[in-house]
Amino acid sequence: MRRVILTVTATVAGLVALLSFKTHSSDPERTVASPTTQPTLQPGERAVTGNVANTIYGPVQVRVLVKSHKIVKVNILEQPQSTNMDVQIGQYAFPRLISETLTSQSARIDAVSGATYTSGGYINSLQSALDNGA
Amino acid sequence: MTTTASFSARLRHAEPVMGTVVSFDVPLSARYDGSLEAAIGWLHWVDRVFSPYRPDSDVSLLAAGEVTADACAPEVAEVLAACARLRLLSEGYFTAFPGGRFDPSGYVKGWATERAASLLSGAGSASHLVNAGGDVQCAGTRAGAEPWRVGIADPFRHGGLALVVAARDGAVATSGIAERGAHILDPHTGRPASGLASLTVVGPSLTLADAYATAAFAMGPTRARDWTESLENHEAFAITSDGGTWQTSGFARHICPA
Repeated sequence: MRRVILTVTATVAGLVALLSFKTHSSDPERTVASPTTQPTLQPGERAVTGNVANTIYGPVQVRVLVKSHKIVKVNILEQPQSTNMDVQIGQYAFPRLISETLTSQSARIDAVSGATYTSGGYINSLQSALDNGA
Repeated sequence: MTTTASFSARLRHAEPVMGTVVSFDVPLSARYDGSLEAAIGWLHWVDRVFSPYRPDSDVSLLAAGEVTADACAPEVAEVLAACARLRLLSEGYFTAFPGGRFDPSGYVKGWATERAASLLSGAGSASHLVNAGGDVQCAGTRAGAEPWRVGIADPFRHGGLALVVAARDGAVATSGIAERGAHILDPHTGRPASGLASLTVVGPSLTLADAYATAAFAMGPTRARDWTESLENHEAFAITSDGGTWQTSGFARHICPA
């Protein structure tokens, strides 16, 4: 389960970083209801729905299908769509990030070496995901 | 901060200290024999004595000229002597006086972390990893006799990895701009070092690997490449500001196959 949660963390971090580039009006009070439509699961598959990440551009939520501890599919349940820029980002970036998620899962790791993070930077780090038993 | 027990009786612990978070992956026994507590206590002691951000630390008092080294903890003289040796070894690119003021932080974090790992070894642990905010010392192998796998952060993609290094009884240290911006000064110009986005050094000891990574980063890409190639028992991997990479001739054997 470690690498699954790790890659979900990386994907969400990537999405949030991406969405942080442009200014945009948002409604932080808005909440997203859990989707009522359930995916059709193949034998051995399990659906994991992530929490809603409230970015300043609007809420983002993903659901992954997991089989044998690997992510086999990523669905974007909710993404900002209120401007043309949102739609363009969605068309360009989401497929790319999903592809990275699906191909980067061989990177099972025990620790991350990089520029020294602050205590605040740690919270959004891969190392933090590892420490929390991801 | 967080403590998580996991399979095969191991323990993960994350301790906020020294302006960052130090992560431990240790055998569960380290909690009961007191060695994890001793290692954490040691790091907090180092913070109290060496932090340039605490006005009452030995280092702050020494920098202000209010005390001499004789009045400080004996470890302060030990660190001063080590920094002087590293300065000579690095053509002046490693210094305990960045910006002109005494601040040995560039040495202390790696040194303190390696010693914390030694405290765990001394209590009998043959398998542990300590990661001080991105600088890693590991002992032995992880459970199952596999080498520890240490991801090298991609400085251009938050949450992404450039590659993965395999380590047994070794250290992986990275200097870079991804988390705190251009904060490493070139002591010869007094300006932030440029040309590199991150530089990683792999070697047996985090004390040296961390200091070498800092010095090489300050050198910039061209000089750093020749200098790290000349270091015995250490290999380096660099990502330049334009996204290019290079590595020393022996680095490839440390890379984990994908």
